[in-house]
Amino acid sequence: MAKEKESSFKRSDGRKLNEMRPMIAKVGIIPNADGSAMFTFGNTIAIAAVYGPRKLHPQHMQNPQKAVLRCNYDLLSFSVSDRKKPGPSRRSQEISKVTEWALSPALDLNSFPNTVVDVQIYILQADAGTRTAGINAASLALAHAGIPMRDLICSVAVGKLDKNLVVDLTKEEEDFEEGEGATDFAMAKIANSDEFTLMQLDGKIQPEVINEVTKLATEACKQIYEVQKKALKDVVESNGGKK
Amino acid sequence: MRNDINEAHDAEEDIYSSGSDESKKRKVVVPGEVIVSGEDYLPGEGAKRLGENIISIRFGLAEELGRVIKVIPIFGAFVPRRNNVIIGRVTDITFYGWLLDIDSASSAFLPIEESPRFVNKNEMEQFLAIGDVVSAKIWSVKSKGIDLTLKGKGLGKLEGGFIFRVIPSRVPRVIGREGSMINLIKDKTGCQITVGQNGWIWIKGDNVDAEIKARKAIEFVTDKVHIEGLTDKVEKWFEENK
Repeated sequence: MAKEKESSFKRSDGRKLNEMRPMIAKVGIIPNADGSAMFTFGNTIAIAAVYGPRKLHPQHMQNPQKAVLRCNYDLLSFSVSDRKKPGPSRRSQEISKVTEWALSPALDLNSFPNTVVDVQIYILQADAGTRTAGINAASLALAHAGIPMRDLICSVAVGKLDKNLVVDLTKEEEDFEEGEGATDFAMAKIANSDEFTLMQLDGKIQPEVINEVTKLATEACKQIYEVQKKALKDVVESNGGKK
Repeated sequence: MRNDINEAHDAEEDIYSSGSDESKKRKVVVPGEVIVSGEDYLPGEGAKRLGENIISIRFGLAEELGRVIKVIPIFGAFVPRRNNVIIGRVTDITFYGWLLDIDSASSAFLPIEESPRFVNKNEMEQFLAIGDVVSAKIWSVKSKGIDLTLKGKGLGKLEGGFIFRVIPSRVPRVIGREGSMINLIKDKTGCQITVGQNGWIWIKGDNVDAEIKARKAIEFVTDKVHIEGLTDKVEKWFEENK
């Protein structure tokens, strides 16, 4: 029965259920930062810049055992169709925090006590999946900044439109209202391992299909990983890695 | 042109997979990437063992030194180590010594006792004033800060000339094996050059043209991270840019 549904369901942009939007990754886009990257999912564009390890002020926030990871995610005011009021919001603070949690399991910050690694993530253009694009860009920027890390982080959203599981939702799909409505399930994964570092569910989903969802996400993350790897290698090949 | 580079890179990887022991070729690796697999290898700096495989924990160039696999980062901030010679700028004078900005996470302290000659505590700015550029050696690295010394050959205040920055992890390439690269640049341009491990480079020459040429040569070196036999290439570069 599920098979039948799959074949009859059409995504609004004509993609297959497990097909992602075209991805572009670029490393070394901000000369002043220690590391920087851009990552796009179709119309969603995220840029990330990494500064540090550098001295952390105020001093009481310092950790004498390791560096502190500090993420800041924000939408730029022109990134959405209704102008977004600049400055932190409840939403952006939450996403900054989950981005921090999604990235930190891959990082090894023990060699930089009392310092901070600042990650700034900005969304230039938003068409759903901004946090996942942001995490992908941040992971590239951290690698570019030479921070020791055990792996790259890949992130993708899996959704449910009525009864169909789909990968990498657009804004239009997020607003899908027929049948069971739309579910958005953002996930981040350590590239060469089965560990998930972010799972954020927005909507309803049956516990039985979670396995299917993680399988889809794992497949998608493999593609993202290849794009990320290529972007990092290209920065060396193309211009000698000049900042 | 791009294709050529890619092909050369592919060829490099082939040598790796065929397991040639003598190959000292470098390979670009990303964090988490398997560099080699097998129990025979040992993880060095920037690498780690994960089950059967040696994986990289930095974005950089993987190098095989006998059985040890090591990854040299291509980008990144300066991480101070003991005995590093660095170039810093005086930012403050305290009662006990000078505070220096050395472009690392913590500022460095140069105690008055570590100056090569006696300095009167009331006239410290006559020896080093705020804004002066100094080459110094790192004496100790503690969690609370970095201590410096000026006792050593070639250390002290740098007068005249100019300083500029390169990416700290590229400094070993600028210096070359036993100083071969930096000596070549010094010979060709006739400039005095001091390279700090923190990526600050000080150049002073007889005229501005020579100074600029030296800087360009150094930037030529730092742009070509993954190319072998750079000393010959720099020699050629000097031929072309007489």
